[in-house]
Amino acid sequence: MSQAATGIELKKTVIDSVLAGLLALIVFGPIVGLVLDGFDFNAEPKRLFMIVAVVMAGRFAASCFFQSTKGKDFLYKHSSKDEGVHVLSPDHKSKLKWIIPLTIVIAFLVPFIASKYILTVVILGLIYVLLGLGLNIVVGLAGLLDLGFVGFYAIGAYGLALGYEHLGLGFWSMLPIAAIVAAIFGAILGFPVLRMHGDYLAIVTLGFGEIIRLVLTNWTELTHGPNGMNAPLPTFFGMEFKRRASEGHVPFHEFFGLSYSSAYKYIFIYLILLLVVLGVLYVKKRLTQMPIGRAWEALREDEIACRSLGLNHVLVKLSAFMIGASTGGLAGVFFATYQGFVNPSSFTFFESALILAIVVLGGMGSTLGVVIAAFVLTVAPEMLREFADYRVLAFGILMVLMMIWKPRGLVRMTRIGVASREGNVK
Amino acid sequence: MDIILQQLVNGLSLGSVYGLIAIGYTMVYGIIGMINFAHGDVYMVSAYITAVAIALLSFFGIESFPVIIFGTLIFTIFVTGVYGWVIERVAYRPLRGSSRLSILISAIGMSLILQNYVQLSQGAKQQGVPTLLSGAIRFDIGDGFVQITYMKLFILVASFVGMAVLTYIIQKTKLGRMCRATQQDPKMASILGIDTDKIISTVFVIGATMAALAGVLVTLDYGGFDFYVGFIIGIKAFTAAVLGGIGSLPGAMLGGIILGLSEALFAGLISSDYKDVFSFSLLVVILIFRPSGLLGKPEVEKV
Repeated sequence: MSQAATGIELKKTVIDSVLAGLLALIVFGPIVGLVLDGFDFNAEPKRLFMIVAVVMAGRFAASCFFQSTKGKDFLYKHSSKDEGVHVLSPDHKSKLKWIIPLTIVIAFLVPFIASKYILTVVILGLIYVLLGLGLNIVVGLAGLLDLGFVGFYAIGAYGLALGYEHLGLGFWSMLPIAAIVAAIFGAILGFPVLRMHGDYLAIVTLGFGEIIRLVLTNWTELTHGPNGMNAPLPTFFGMEFKRRASEGHVPFHEFFGLSYSSAYKYIFIYLILLLVVLGVLYVKKRLTQMPIGRAWEALREDEIACRSLGLNHVLVKLSAFMIGASTGGLAGVFFATYQGFVNPSSFTFFESALILAIVVLGGMGSTLGVVIAAFVLTVAPEMLREFADYRVLAFGILMVLMMIWKPRGLVRMTRIGVASREGNVK
Repeated sequence: MDIILQQLVNGLSLGSVYGLIAIGYTMVYGIIGMINFAHGDVYMVSAYITAVAIALLSFFGIESFPVIIFGTLIFTIFVTGVYGWVIERVAYRPLRGSSRLSILISAIGMSLILQNYVQLSQGAKQQGVPTLLSGAIRFDIGDGFVQITYMKLFILVASFVGMAVLTYIIQKTKLGRMCRATQQDPKMASILGIDTDKIISTVFVIGATMAALAGVLVTLDYGGFDFYVGFIIGIKAFTAAVLGGIGSLPGAMLGGIILGLSEALFAGLISSDYKDVFSFSLLVVILIFRPSGLLGKPEVEKV
């Protein structure tokens, strides 16, 4: 690299930013500047010129920055694209060992401190943690881009509602059944798509998710279509969380001699959900250390090499699909019971994209990253209500920027390496 | 009998629209091997631009039908073409050479951006354009009749012209030759002095203009649209591209027409509620049994 080129070429920079402004004018003009109103339109020049000015200023600043020495260093630093898995030394001892039990203790205390509103938001966050963990197995570990993940979520949620209405099953029986049913659907989806690669796979899974949603919308005799279905609340040893229990049951608060509060059911759902999330976290941690988890990652990195080494790719991919799907099913059951109601509009493609954004932002394969990202992406928009309209836009921008800047996510996946065997090797 | 014929007529115009959009998928896939996930949303944007163009023209007091139609076409195709260029530049070019998963995720992000950006600036409500061309040709058949509206006829003619122009460009011009060369072997093409980055941009622009043509035609025909229309039609056009063999231009047109016809027949004879389910299932079935489509070349796994 020649050192003479460190000066900023002002002329080129100005031309660049004017061009960028012109492009912004063409692109944003008809959509932002002219707002349709019936067959007429309203002009909004202020909005348009704000955007154009921002684009021009941004382009100018970026141009200047990337031409300076500092900017070049920055570009160089961030040009290494693939960081892969971070392997720690075999005798690595985490200095933050106490943080996990502490977090768990705090998590169990949350419902008794937080208000009902915060509790409902945190429950939603935990549901997305579950979804993120499920999709993380499929996308992050096995490298299979599944855009129909919301289908399994829907299967779980509708499983609860349908099981309640048609078979009289409650929350506790449906929790395992929904996981199993979702896993079976995962296998059904997995089989045909085994032969497909990245992009085709993504589109087919997307189609699968849409098929499920369309069937739920149109099969009105079974699912009541867009009107949705009621889902039952969980019970605590047969005790219900209602003010007045149905016949033959005792409400929870009467049995324990408490005054009625609608928060009990959320506390209860939260605690079960937390246990399930912890269970899934543990299972996932074990899985990544087992041969099957390592096989997922190996397949993600190089499928052809794996197959020529005799790895059964059918089994490996199917297991990833099924385990991921069953986690999605679990999340669906919790979602249904938390809302008390399900309808098809909760299971659109956007939901899949949101879960994918969680996995992408958190770091593919990284458990910690996914947990953090799930909370950031679901709790933050709830807390900042004014910005809720912009959240889809923010997710989109986030996904593009993350892929350009850090394709493997913010938190890199880490694993502890294997110690070499000591002995007298000659 | 008349129902079947009527659905065939409807399917043909629907299919030619699918074919137009499928061109965008097929060309981009052929050249850089990625599915441009945001392509359906480019179509959606073009629907909005169409409505804006018509409103603008009527604002300036232009009443004559041909002027409105050609003005709208030119305006929409130009602006949407710029969209295609910008999208490639912003979301795909910085990712050249990274893993397919990253590019696909970036494309999904772009799709979300476009949808939400249009929703935020134009509002979430259903929009519409006035009917510009009404009337139909009727054929009496037995007890019933089959009719072709002038608009459907216009769709058929315009998409045929669009495809013919595109085929000419790709087959006969220097630009087309450079596109084909890059498609075959980007590295070799760039060694031989073709600016492959520029060609890739051009392909995105061509795809966007074809989607814009489809957007104008469908918007004028149906009248109503919202920020979500790109999603379903995008997947269907992708199905058409896969059906015809992704990467192949005539395949995209053929696939579009076959998909349009079969979907219209399914909707007319079996159930219109499940016609989308039918298209998606068709996609799965094609990919399982004939992943390289009708006119495509089988994909070779490089080791």
